[in-house]
Amino acid sequence: MRWEYRGNTLILGGGLTYRTIPAAYHSVFQSLKRHKPSEIDLGEVETIDSAGVAFLDEIHTRLASKGILLFKGARPEVQAVIDTFSSIKLPVPIPQRSMGWFEKLGDDALNAGQNIYQCLLLASEIYYFSLVGLISRKGQRKGSFVQQAVLLGSQALPIVALLSFIIGFILSLQSAVQLKNFGANVFIADLLAVTMVREMGPMMTAIIVAGRSGSAIASEIATMQVTEEIDALRMMALNPIRYVVVPKFHAISLVMPLLVAFSILVGEIGGGLIAIGYLDVSLPTFVQRSIEITTLKDLVVSFGKSTVFAWTIVIIGSFFGFQVKGGAEGVGKATTASVVASIFAVIVLDAIFSLLYL
Amino acid sequence: MSQALISVRNLVAKYGERTILNDISVDIMPGEVTVILGGSGCGKTTLLKNILRLQEPFSGSVKFWGDEVLQMDEPSFSGILKRVGMLFQNGALLNSISVYENISIPLELHTKLPEEIRDRIIRVKLSLVRLAEAIYKYPSELSGGMKKRAALARALALDPEILFCDEPSAGLDPLTSAALDELILDLRKQLKMTIVIVTHELASIHRIADRIIFLDGGKMLFNGTLEAALKAGIPEIDTFFRVGRF
Repeated sequence: MRWEYRGNTLILGGGLTYRTIPAAYHSVFQSLKRHKPSEIDLGEVETIDSAGVAFLDEIHTRLASKGILLFKGARPEVQAVIDTFSSIKLPVPIPQRSMGWFEKLGDDALNAGQNIYQCLLLASEIYYFSLVGLISRKGQRKGSFVQQAVLLGSQALPIVALLSFIIGFILSLQSAVQLKNFGANVFIADLLAVTMVREMGPMMTAIIVAGRSGSAIASEIATMQVTEEIDALRMMALNPIRYVVVPKFHAISLVMPLLVAFSILVGEIGGGLIAIGYLDVSLPTFVQRSIEITTLKDLVVSFGKSTVFAWTIVIIGSFFGFQVKGGAEGVGKATTASVVASIFAVIVLDAIFSLLYL
Repeated sequence: MSQALISVRNLVAKYGERTILNDISVDIMPGEVTVILGGSGCGKTTLLKNILRLQEPFSGSVKFWGDEVLQMDEPSFSGILKRVGMLFQNGALLNSISVYENISIPLELHTKLPEEIRDRIIRVKLSLVRLAEAIYKYPSELSGGMKKRAALARALALDPEILFCDEPSAGLDPLTSAALDELILDLRKQLKMTIVIVTHELASIHRIADRIIFLDGGKMLFNGTLEAALKAGIPEIDTFFRVGRF
């Protein structure tokens, strides 16, 4: 790109393109401040593209307000490109105003209220159709319950087993050192049984299920929503909650207590290894004390709250799935939000259960 | 006769054991609008993706400006891609950023243009595709046709020398579709852009095609002008144009 001044005329030449503009841009504008040309001659411009046209438009915008500015002499082919890519007559868009702090706070509060209302509404529908679904299987595909039970339950067994074993093992290991100091080795069985049955079993299983199955539920429903599968179900006179959510709800109600029982058992095995291997507690003593310390109330509360956790995970997963907006991006956001909300809800509910059933 | 801009020789593409493209040889000439035609599943999109290395061909050769690209290293091939624009079937906009930012990406990352110049280019490109009002919107707020137009604006951001379009008119109303054809003709005329289009729209083909490539079952049945295609007496092509008219 070349440029020079002849009197009040700036003469541009060569190529005005993506490659040449960046290098010349600042020098040209510096020179414009000094020379203040009244016209620009484009007769020597050989090639021009949209960057070159934007460059001419920028000169026009900056200088035209200070006096008459004329572009002249462009070759027909150059003028045609200028006519196509000129931004002079385009309206300048006004960026969307961002919310103020208080406005955003109020907006978030309103949205949160609306979301809680919508979630409760969905929960009521899920409970209603789940009860109806126990009597009549109308509106559900054959085998969907078993399929979901396998998906949400059986396939979660390995990860539940691994984590529960590690938790039982660590819990015993950390406690063992302290108990040994006081010669209270045998109490390891009591400690482990109470912790696994009342807290760690139900809560850890719920967190694993929230991460694994809750995310799967949210992403499945969200994908169905963005690909109009949910609308297609409605158009086939099928209730999406009954078709999609109820089988999951029934399946998780069955498999969650089983997973918790499995988690407690494997956690006891993990902890038992430390009790037997490190604290010299005999196997019969360990088993006997574990059974003695566990009350029926503990088991009822444990399995009861695990069922509540399971329902919460399905409801929250479904809620975020149905609420999805946008395409693939929306599915990802819904899945993440669902996992975060489910884990948060599980921990809060667990705290409430702990306060109610000490 | 001018040299081919893109030269494809004996291209074979497979999905597993299934052959999608069988021994395709094509030359894309500079400044021409080449339309790739054929029924659904005949390998049109696969041909585009193999030419652009978005899929790995089973065998064959693809040359851009005389350079073989299938064995080219990534930095060299990036240099080729900067001179090429691609409009995908579903737009393929980045959903997490606005339309403005989508178009800004190639300008920011591949040029050193100042912000005010980039801003003008973005507004012009959106105006060309009649989408100036959606500049600050997010892809999730756009209809299918609008997404496609925004994606076209992104493909045009760097004034590519070659523009590939995979079904650009699908989902657009007839007026916008006709305006898009006008834009394609303008780009060819004023920027001497070479354009390769996959489309089923007969009206568009009649308006813009300099050359058509007709694929059927992964084989190339015809490569030449539209007039020659209509006179060639190939039953598949005759059926395509006869049935498509209704």
